[in-house]
Amino acid sequence: MAEIHDKKTFDKEANTHGFQVSLAHDEPVRLDCGVDLRDINVAYQTYGRLNAEKSNAVLICHALTGDHFVTDTHPVTGKPGWWSKLVGPGKTIDTNRFYVICSNILGGCMGTTGPKDINLETGRPWGLDFPGVTIADMVSVQARLIDHLGIDQLFATLGGSMGGMQVLEWAAKFSERVFAAVPIATAARHSSQNIAFHEVGRQAIVADPDWCGGNYISQDKRPHRGLAVARMAAHITYLSQPALHRKFGRKLQERDAISYGFDADFQVESYLRHQGITFVDRFDANSYLYTTRAMDYFDLSSDYNGVLANAFKGTKTRFCVFSFTSDWLFPTEGNREIVHALNAVAANVSFVEIESDKGHDAFLLDEPEFFRVLSGFIDGAAELRGLPRR
Amino acid sequence: MSNIEGKAIRVDLQIIANMIAPDTRLLDVGCGSGILLDYLVRYKNVDGRGIELSTQGVNACVSNGLSVIQGDANIDLVDYPDYAFDYVVLSQTLQAMDNPRVVLEQLLRIGRRAIISFPNFAHWRVRYQVAINGCMPVSATLPYQWYETPNIHFCTIKDFAVLCKEMGIMVERSVSLDSNGSAVRQVNFAPFLSNLFGEQAVFLLKG
Repeated sequence: MAEIHDKKTFDKEANTHGFQVSLAHDEPVRLDCGVDLRDINVAYQTYGRLNAEKSNAVLICHALTGDHFVTDTHPVTGKPGWWSKLVGPGKTIDTNRFYVICSNILGGCMGTTGPKDINLETGRPWGLDFPGVTIADMVSVQARLIDHLGIDQLFATLGGSMGGMQVLEWAAKFSERVFAAVPIATAARHSSQNIAFHEVGRQAIVADPDWCGGNYISQDKRPHRGLAVARMAAHITYLSQPALHRKFGRKLQERDAISYGFDADFQVESYLRHQGITFVDRFDANSYLYTTRAMDYFDLSSDYNGVLANAFKGTKTRFCVFSFTSDWLFPTEGNREIVHALNAVAANVSFVEIESDKGHDAFLLDEPEFFRVLSGFIDGAAELRGLPRR
Repeated sequence: MSNIEGKAIRVDLQIIANMIAPDTRLLDVGCGSGILLDYLVRYKNVDGRGIELSTQGVNACVSNGLSVIQGDANIDLVDYPDYAFDYVVLSQTLQAMDNPRVVLEQLLRIGRRAIISFPNFAHWRVRYQVAINGCMPVSATLPYQWYETPNIHFCTIKDFAVLCKEMGIMVERSVSLDSNGSAVRQVNFAPFLSNLFGEQAVFLLKG
């Protein structure tokens, strides 16, 4: 393969090996909103080695507040990568076998061009001048990165939640470039209930006076309180009633009796506050607005005359769809809709509902049955792709 | 039955497998843990898919590299386009369907051919249990008590042949298997004996 010499990022601040590349200089990416975006920085991370045939590449698509640090230490939080249980040497997505790629999404805030970056035309941060982005736009930019890395066809693309939306978009728009697709805990369109939750989060951000109409960076402020509340509300939707009950019940936080005040009496309150406070250190509020909007706008069937099955007509991709029983944010029904559409075009699809009481977050957690079944699917697909056995 | 093509599978499954041409497209409805599907994919190079109701069965299939969805044949068959498969197999499941006739129509809409296997309710031992003991039959192949059985639409080999005729379905092959699969009869050559001594039957149908 041609050696890629993209700029390494973060290696001074932390011991990580992220890369950054500027793409779309000559040929801009035409966004769904009609804007042509040029000189897009893409931050990405790779694990493992691309084989000589370039047939072992696995693209991982991250979720709403994820990033490209899939399985190495996060440069800001110092925590293990968000999918380090699934991806790594000898793991289900074995980096001794596969060349794993993950890039920060368009509109993100971890190195890929987004609203907190400088608009080269004005010399000021984009803020709300940043064009609206969609899941399809994110995928268009990822496709440019895959071109840049010299890869024609991905062996597999995987992702959960918003990552799963990207996987579906990949399979629909670039089906010949995806040998196997694994959408997890996702939907082919964002539900009204989920749009509603996102709206609560966005309103929390814009109600924070430090948001400054979106220009907080120029005014050296950060809408930390609003973003923290948005995160707290969203975090509840990632869990489940049994998971919350098991973890916290009605236990009090470092006190023997209720205070009759509005301090965090309950452990669950303290936990949520902690989730909110730590989130603002690593995430940009405007990025949160743009990215939640991208999810809200997602309805794959809308590009195909309202018939989801048409998105997959003639596909040769092998699909494996996963849902989790206690996931009420992306419930099994929504995942099953994807399966029905794939069946309607007689696509090669597997569908598994994993028993778990951990809610939407289950796809990020240690779920042995999920790992075992996914591993079988990956091995079967690898055999068909002619990749060596484990 | 000797098996020159690969590993040994249950006799009734082997009979189904023998009806299937290699390199074809196939859907196994109610595929269980995927024994037949795995055999057909490995030894007949079929492009095979499955539907299975039980999570356990689905997980076993997919973790073995088979393409299987968790679903309900009573609901999910309507999604598939016409003639999406060369064969649709329904093995030992017809009697558990809400509406076997509708399912049969669906199978022959989705597949160019359908292969159905089912327990024969006119087998002599079943007749004996009802006629002499006066009880609903319980046996190794029909192990459920009446109040807990998922099998809500039992039929006999004769009943099934009559339904096929009524629906204008062409029966290309039909065989009955005695207990433990020891003897195999062509149903059309010996309908009475098949219906009396056949514990189960396998029909190859064309719409």
